[in-house]
Amino acid sequence: MKIDHSVPMEYSTDENKMKILGFWIFLGAEIALFSTLFAVYFTLQGNTNVGPTASDLFHLSPVMIETILLLSSSFTIGLGVHAMRLGLKKPMMTFFGITLVLGAAFLGVEVYEFVTYVGEGATIQTSGFLSALFTLLGTHGLHVTFGLLWGGSILLQIKKRGFTPETTNKSFIFSLYWHFLDVVWIFIFSFVYLKGLM
Amino acid sequence: MKWDEFFVTGEPMIYAAMVSIVVVSLAIPIALTYFKKWNWLWTNWLTTVDHKKIGVMYILAALLMLFRGGVDALLMRAQTAVPDNGLLDGQHYNEIFTTHGVIMILFMAMPFIIGLMNVVIPLQIGARDVAFPRLNAVSFWLFFSGAMLFNISFVIGGSPDAGWSAYFPLASLEFSPTVGNNYYAIALQIAGIGTLLTGINFLVTILKMRAPGMTLMKMPMFTWSVLITNVIIVFAFPVLTVALALMTLDRQFGTQFFAMQSGGMDMLWANLFWVWGHPEVYIVVLPAFGIYSEIISAFARKNLYGYKSMVVSMVAISLLSFVVWAHHFYTMGHGVMVNSVFSITTMAIAIPTGVKIFNWLFTLRKGKISFTTPMLYSLAFIPIFTIGGVTGVMLAMASADYQYHNTMFLVAHFHYVLIPGTVFAVIAGFHFWFPKVFGFRLNEKLGKWAFWFITVSFNVTFFPLFILGLNGMTRRMYTYSESTGYGALNMVSMVGALGLTVGFIILVYNIYYSVRYSPRDTNGDPWDARSLEWSTHSPVPEYNFALIPTVDRLDAHWFSKKEGKPLATGKYEPIHMPNNSGVPIIMGAAFFFWGFFMVFSWWIPAIVFGVVILGTLAYRTFEKDHGHYISVEEIERTEKALRGEQHEN
Repeated sequence: MKIDHSVPMEYSTDENKMKILGFWIFLGAEIALFSTLFAVYFTLQGNTNVGPTASDLFHLSPVMIETILLLSSSFTIGLGVHAMRLGLKKPMMTFFGITLVLGAAFLGVEVYEFVTYVGEGATIQTSGFLSALFTLLGTHGLHVTFGLLWGGSILLQIKKRGFTPETTNKSFIFSLYWHFLDVVWIFIFSFVYLKGLM
Repeated sequence: MKWDEFFVTGEPMIYAAMVSIVVVSLAIPIALTYFKKWNWLWTNWLTTVDHKKIGVMYILAALLMLFRGGVDALLMRAQTAVPDNGLLDGQHYNEIFTTHGVIMILFMAMPFIIGLMNVVIPLQIGARDVAFPRLNAVSFWLFFSGAMLFNISFVIGGSPDAGWSAYFPLASLEFSPTVGNNYYAIALQIAGIGTLLTGINFLVTILKMRAPGMTLMKMPMFTWSVLITNVIIVFAFPVLTVALALMTLDRQFGTQFFAMQSGGMDMLWANLFWVWGHPEVYIVVLPAFGIYSEIISAFARKNLYGYKSMVVSMVAISLLSFVVWAHHFYTMGHGVMVNSVFSITTMAIAIPTGVKIFNWLFTLRKGKISFTTPMLYSLAFIPIFTIGGVTGVMLAMASADYQYHNTMFLVAHFHYVLIPGTVFAVIAGFHFWFPKVFGFRLNEKLGKWAFWFITVSFNVTFFPLFILGLNGMTRRMYTYSESTGYGALNMVSMVGALGLTVGFIILVYNIYYSVRYSPRDTNGDPWDARSLEWSTHSPVPEYNFALIPTVDRLDAHWFSKKEGKPLATGKYEPIHMPNNSGVPIIMGAAFFFWGFFMVFSWWIPAIVFGVVILGTLAYRTFEKDHGHYISVEEIERTEKALRGEQHEN
């Protein structure tokens, strides 16, 4: 396998380059997936049946906390990739670790939110609006959950194998995924929560 | 759940199906054990990551599904052949037209196309495999487990019965209380994920792995069509993923997406379905256009007329394919403005398609045409498909559509588009590329017999449906009274369906006959064709090309033959190849069982198999697998053997 040292290690082989391009295309498909979920949500958001409306349900503070947690995690994973490019294993692992902890905290708050909603009588079965809301948020939340498992297994590999073309490639691709989840959250925050609070 | 709810009971044909399923699933392992073929099957096929073998498995599965879907079709034609027929009851008829549609589109046309893509694309661009060989195997096994899951619905639990488009509220739990539509949602979901992965894989393959010198505008037309198709796959299939997930949630978790009474919206399903469904039509038709372009150019002995306009028109079709979906339900009542817009975009598709038709005609003009079997299908395609296209423009007119909507006219139209547009193409491609994979041609005489049976019978089967539709016969009607006067034309259609059956039986017999008697091909280029896949040996060695060819123009192989200049020179170097893996098939099996338990809402086993799926992913990420190298000596040995020279020992 030819290794090209003039580019960062995650791009250094043909296979690595193809994997990164493939993942960008996958993110294109993910954009289509979330766009569809947003379209469903916008279609059904007014159909609250007997259940609560968006402004009855949403409170700014937990959502703000979620946003801060996830946005900081996007920042820390960026620092992690930067450390990886400098060849610093310990700092890279620390930043990835912080990212995963922030992600887990985000999930914790989201679960707390869901429990609160259900406690107020707003379940996924109550109305078209709530079905769409829970499905959109839940799909994003499942992506974050999967990210925690994936990121955890990458951390283990970095710990065991150090920086190789394979492990750096995986870490970089994981960072793309994580940034993408952040972007989706920005849309959820703006067009679901802020719009719903108005 | 009681046993008589679990198994479908009370129909002699279902009992026959059960018996045959049991017999076949016993016979296969017994035969494998008797002939000691387990090891061969496992190492050569089930764990393979070789794109050619994966392609062959796709095509085999597609042929199998063609016959399953074909039996459904025959039953439908038999039921409606005479008025007031009692062969099938209404429920059974509903299940059969549903499974016929789903199987023919998703488990026959798609895998056949993807199988040809797998076999041909890496060869056509001068590559040694696809970008992600392991992922390619995963795609296949996901498709296969989805297909099998869908097929067992017939005997276990009951098949979906709300049409292949599964409109709500008909497909809701209230009106379709059996597990049939759960099967629909979950089996399509599994197969759909496989297709999405294929889309990503082939996009990267075509964008990154072309032979040196092959710029985008020097790619063969089939490669172009596959590139565009995969862009459509990547953006259309996620919509299906969401639609099916919402269907599962509505049917099994009590959500309100499509239920009117609690704030849902039934037409939301129709919109989501067709936002995927219409591009899906182009996913199966565009590669077919690519196949025809290759075949027509090869057998007219001319370069393809209007290469650039072919590419531009395919790009235009792919863009338009995303903005026409509402023409499937003009009668929904979304107003004059919306109907007008969709009417215009739909009619606009006729323009790039017309450009392509004329390009093929101009390619034929003054060509030295040889009438081989693949060429015959391609020539028959042009006029028949044009009838399909013209009736499509008729249907595109929103106000006129109120007359045609949901009649047999529509059924005739889309069969006139999809059968010449896709089925003829995959059969033509099958005949065309068969010698590349197996090293000998299919028998031409039998091939032509099959062609004439299929083409003539196709028209006998489907042309009467245009007239029946205009006379007012609606689709999906399981019987009709004698006074309607539909009897005679339906009987004609039945006769045609029997002719089609004969044609397909000859086609399959031809495979058997040719395996036994066809003379072996020696030079790897039996058709004297134009693109790179014909520059290597047949059957193609594992590594495809001993030396990677260099390309300086379109049809480089053709000019290299004319000018006597080889495409590749230099010394052999060790070739890096991926290792076989059992993980993809295990993953497919895990998805199958997960899906099965999901269908019946048996949550604990479903969760167990969900964890198994995650386990296969974890295994893969921790696995160290760097592939293997084929040594120079081995390449020399293989090349000599393929050239028909003796070993030197």
